[in-house]
Amino acid sequence: MKISTIKELLEADVVCCEDLLGKHVYSACGSDMMSDVLAFVKDQAVLVTGLVNSQVIRTAEMMDMICIVLVRSKLPTPEMIELAQESGIVLLTTKKRMYDACGILYTNGLVGNKVKEA
Amino acid sequence: MSEILTFHFDVDGDDFTSAGQASVQIKKNLRQLGISPDTIRRVSIAMYEGEINMVIHADGGDADVSVTEEYIEIVLSDHGPGIKDINQAMQEGFSTASDSIRSMGFGAGMGLPNMKRYTDYMNIDSVVGEGTTITMRVNL
Repeated sequence: MKISTIKELLEADVVCCEDLLGKHVYSACGSDMMSDVLAFVKDQAVLVTGLVNSQVIRTAEMMDMICIVLVRSKLPTPEMIELAQESGIVLLTTKKRMYDACGILYTNGLVGNKVKEA
Repeated sequence: MSEILTFHFDVDGDDFTSAGQASVQIKKNLRQLGISPDTIRRVSIAMYEGEINMVIHADGGDADVSVTEEYIEIVLSDHGPGIKDINQAMQEGFSTASDSIRSMGFGAGMGLPNMKRYTDYMNIDSVVGEGTTITMRVNL
């Protein structure tokens, strides 16, 4: 799924790296616990989280993730934005809650470990 | 690549915000050496979890990474409180982290199991009251 599609589906605002909206992600993970993200995520993924600190960006970077969605209108810190820009990670923010955001992405084909066949 | 390359980092225990900087740097260094992306990811995740643990539990420490022809070795050593029961600490979900650490997204009891999961060899040498040294290797 293209990151631009995620933006549309979640009615999200782009915080940084807008030039990378054309990239694709192949799986998704929703969690506020970064160690769970580090344990279970595979493939090029998007991270959906309500956690706001610089370790969210570092975790995504370690996992080669290219997009993070902050739910419940959370705003990233200036440090997070700087780190995301350095790492080439698209940062999105949406008013939707975690459960709804994950459900919308899942029902549109972005599942836990792979994209559903169309 | 016939020589052994070594990298040393001081892990600052005072600042949770900057935790993970050594792992980010190692990731860049390994990329420059042409190591495969999968291996780089395993090394950097294992080291990142270890770095976070050193900041959370041990007020920082030292991180040394060696790249040989056969493997990449990460040695993390600290002078923290030590691990009382290593078998218990290795169980997924077991954690002694405070609520404030959990609120920052860590302390789920996945750190040490993750480090083992992503490496081919892991040894924990810990003495209560003196500190902990963790040695991990990822084969090339």
